[in-house]
Amino acid sequence: MTILIAIAALGSLTLILALMLVLANKKLYVYEDPRIEVVEDLLPHANCGACGFPGCRPFAEALVAGSVLPGKCTVSTDEGRKVIADYLGVSLGNQEKWVARLACAGGTNVALNRANYKGLSSCKAATLVSGGGKGCFWGCLGHGDCEVVCDFDAITMNASSLPVVDMDKCTACGDCVEVCPKDLFSLQPLSHRLWVACKNLEMGDEVLEECQVGCTACGKCAMDAPGNLIAMEHNLPIINYSENHHTQVPTQRCPTGAIVWLDDELGVIKGKESKKIIRKGDRPIGFS
Amino acid sequence: MGLFNFHRDTFKHGIHPPEQKRETNGLPIRQFPFAPVIVLPMVQHIGGPSEIVVREGQEVNRGQVLAKANGYVSVPIHAPVSGTIRKISNVPSISGKMVPGIYLEAFPSSSQEVMEGTPIDLDTATPDEILKGIQDAGIVGLGGAAFPTHVKLKVPEGKNCEILIINGIECEPYLTTDHRVMLEQADDILMGIKYLAKATGAKQTIIGIEANKTDAANHLKRMISDGDPVSVKVVPVKYPQGSEKMLITSILDREVPSGGLPIDVNIVVVNVATTAEIGRLLPHGRGIQERVITITGPGVKKKGNYLIPIGTPLRYVLEQVGVEENISEVYMGGPMMGVAVSNLDISIVKGTSGIVVFTEKEVKKAPKVYPCIKCGACVDACPIFLNPSKLGILAKFEAYDSMAEDYHLMDCFECGSCSYVCPSNIPLVQYFRLSKSIVRKRKQVTTNAK
Repeated sequence: MTILIAIAALGSLTLILALMLVLANKKLYVYEDPRIEVVEDLLPHANCGACGFPGCRPFAEALVAGSVLPGKCTVSTDEGRKVIADYLGVSLGNQEKWVARLACAGGTNVALNRANYKGLSSCKAATLVSGGGKGCFWGCLGHGDCEVVCDFDAITMNASSLPVVDMDKCTACGDCVEVCPKDLFSLQPLSHRLWVACKNLEMGDEVLEECQVGCTACGKCAMDAPGNLIAMEHNLPIINYSENHHTQVPTQRCPTGAIVWLDDELGVIKGKESKKIIRKGDRPIGFS
Repeated sequence: MGLFNFHRDTFKHGIHPPEQKRETNGLPIRQFPFAPVIVLPMVQHIGGPSEIVVREGQEVNRGQVLAKANGYVSVPIHAPVSGTIRKISNVPSISGKMVPGIYLEAFPSSSQEVMEGTPIDLDTATPDEILKGIQDAGIVGLGGAAFPTHVKLKVPEGKNCEILIINGIECEPYLTTDHRVMLEQADDILMGIKYLAKATGAKQTIIGIEANKTDAANHLKRMISDGDPVSVKVVPVKYPQGSEKMLITSILDREVPSGGLPIDVNIVVVNVATTAEIGRLLPHGRGIQERVITITGPGVKKKGNYLIPIGTPLRYVLEQVGVEENISEVYMGGPMMGVAVSNLDISIVKGTSGIVVFTEKEVKKAPKVYPCIKCGACVDACPIFLNPSKLGILAKFEAYDSMAEDYHLMDCFECGSCSYVCPSNIPLVQYFRLSKSIVRKRKQVTTNAK
């Protein structure tokens, strides 16, 4: 008898609660465009934030709402973007590829280290210990915070402790820009081929003492460049990318090779007059 | 003082590192020569950088104002030497950044007389005038933090300062700066206390001194005239007793609340060297141009306590005192809370209390870091009862928000006791410094967004 009462009591409770759930489901139902689910599935699920949205789901919502175009997603392949565009019946949108670029070329073979840092192996931690020991106050410390933070394995540290960005893998998500304590990374369209790989604000011999490939602020590139392409500001050349910058002329007379031309196939091209760097190993610590 | 008084004149936890003070604590303060070129960074204190008011090529007198205070939390900078402004440009600083600064070339044959300003008369000046005078003298906390003293002394409305504590603890190993100041500048200290007591309205003053400086304590006791509301309290030796929160616990058994300031428990703490500087400068309206620095460590040939002009390049200092061939590490400040220097071209600033030089013999090869074995040694060492072990693990996994909110990271004042006792060589303090800087940055980003 007792067991029957129990079954009846719990059974009726189940029914009442089920009824409430049914009512709530009807009453509180929110319509959601079923296309959002489909579009989200078509996206790469990297949640990298390169599109400017917090993740793939909000981006899919924006795509369905029509406020952005599929071209914004830099991680997806060309076909992937096309499938989404076809599905939503919109144009592909801006597809210019952006990449992260490093404004420093001072690896351990060319740049001076004043002191040997022995603490926690992280650029952020090293910066807090009187700057990290690098001769150049603005230069790359080379502990590889960017390599660790990159979700796409696009950054690798080379033999002279300088991060190298794989242009194919880079999605311009901006994680490395954020993590670098020296603010050396910036996001650039791939079409910006003229590049100043230095952030040192000093000039002349002071720079050369610290780094053999630093910008000495001689201003030759600004003089050679057509029109107002390059202006010298705070001892650094600033390239005005809104001008026609598809010329290698400014790099030609650079004495240190601080301003370079980035080629898809040939990689970094320095000017003819730039100093040749022969040393492969590390520069000794302290003043040479 | 009841039946159950368990307070034993010191705080709980803490450590006992080797003191290493014997080599310099008997050496009198000696004047240091002027460097041919003095390099003055404009960021010598916490707060806004000073604003340069001289131009290149200008000739300046010793004691003249070179840069004025930029805002309330800022102090002026005075010329430490008569000479010519050679260059105004960026100069290297201890933070590893280039900061605005002045290159000042000393006149080799000047009498180096000090320019005087408006004196602050103790009897007639109001508390606000004294605070203004302290700011105009460019005085910051000389113990190492370099926080502008007048900001610290300003008692907020609704609060009142009962007791003024003069911090003569100097718990940092190797350093004997404050010890010598107490022995040799007792008059200035007592004069400074009068100014401070008037500025804060404190009825009573206690000078806190550790038991390894009994000579200084006895000397001060002798110097205090009868009827002065000043007393000397000797407390047992322990690190980090020189931290103001620990000192308040040691002397008065009061606890400063988390995130609070000593004024929340009606106390103001001032370093003893700062007090001496106030007592010496204010009656003449002068600005601070030099400070006492202990130069010591196994790598130094002529160890001692020197009165060094602010802005003297570190390289020149080491040349003058002479260093061994195989020096390996140079610290500004003490070995516990000081900073390892990466560049010998930086100069002495107002907050530099010591220079400690180690040779290759003392500096271990980068020790291998082992995983945390949860021994709890750091928990027993932490003077503010944090859990460094847990915080270290969280820092490793970059859980900075949890560290700040759940484990009181921001209360850590980086004394280094946890790293000192850690048997696994985990660089806990470095983790915390890093985490604190990231938390501060995030907070700034959110406030800016609002």
